[in-house]
Amino acid sequence: MSVGRDAPLAVLTSRVRIEEKRIFDALERRNIPYCHLDERDLSMALADEPVPWAALINRCMSNTRSPYVARLFEARGVMVCNSSQVIATCGDKLLTSLALVQAGLPTPRTAVALTPEAALEALDRFGYPAVLKPVSGSWGRLLAKVNDRDAAEAVLEHKQVLGSPMHSVIYMQEYIDKPGRDLRTIVLGKRVLCAMYRHAEHWITNTARGATTTACEITDELAELSLRVAHAVGGGALAIDFLERADGTLLVNEVNHTMEFHGMMAATKVDVADALVQYVLEVAEL
Amino acid sequence: MSNCPECDAQVSITADARVGEIVTCPDCQTELEILGLDPAELALAPEVDEDWGE
Repeated sequence: MSVGRDAPLAVLTSRVRIEEKRIFDALERRNIPYCHLDERDLSMALADEPVPWAALINRCMSNTRSPYVARLFEARGVMVCNSSQVIATCGDKLLTSLALVQAGLPTPRTAVALTPEAALEALDRFGYPAVLKPVSGSWGRLLAKVNDRDAAEAVLEHKQVLGSPMHSVIYMQEYIDKPGRDLRTIVLGKRVLCAMYRHAEHWITNTARGATTTACEITDELAELSLRVAHAVGGGALAIDFLERADGTLLVNEVNHTMEFHGMMAATKVDVADALVQYVLEVAEL
Repeated sequence: MSNCPECDAQVSITADARVGEIVTCPDCQTELEILGLDPAELALAPEVDEDWGE
């Protein structure tokens, strides 16, 4: 029952994908009135009459627009899931890594340089193979595994030609020879909801790149680690990706603030959309 | 049922479809956005932006 703009809960979307459909389904099963906002129609005065919403489920897919959406709504007193602070941290791989390292959490060895020359020097110290990633990006785009200096020089030259100033922030990680899979948990507040493996023969194991999913047991270690990661980036509704070393050691790879979860729902049979709705209702006290 | 704005093929709209949902034309594989359900209305889906993700 989407009831128009006066509902206390709003859901903002870029596209209506499986995840957003399941969120709408969950709201309607619970008879929660909500307002569906399309980001393309959004405009908001910075100081005007009060907005009608108490809470926003922010499903904006743009890593540029999403933090501004959150800031706009927060400035008008709306509880946004996830908060602008969480989006700012999780939307930037360097800021995520800094938060994780400062919290003493295990991550792949990471270095950052601001010029190709400095990056090559860092990689010489770092060792090959290594992985270059854009600090802002998703779905496995523009990840590069470089096996030697020649490959690194080529990728760094290409990054310069791409032109975006963001490509001059060069984020480098050690390559983890993981066992054909990575691991994702979903955390809602202080609850680890579910976990899955993502399997792929390719070293990139994003479901957006064709990885398949199976359920994973939530061990005490995995639960504790997941909650520490969530706390380190500011909490909220998060999908946390882990890599495994050959000896089974878990490393935090990244934290997603606008998580896709249809693969998780299929693998675990957990109704992530309904749990997300319940979490937002609890936090917003609706 | 509606027609693809790219190739005019007939595109079926499922009963649980939502406004804003993306469907694919079975003939030309173009991504289409559902603009309306009653009557069904389709348009070319917006391009995926470089900064989109999860």
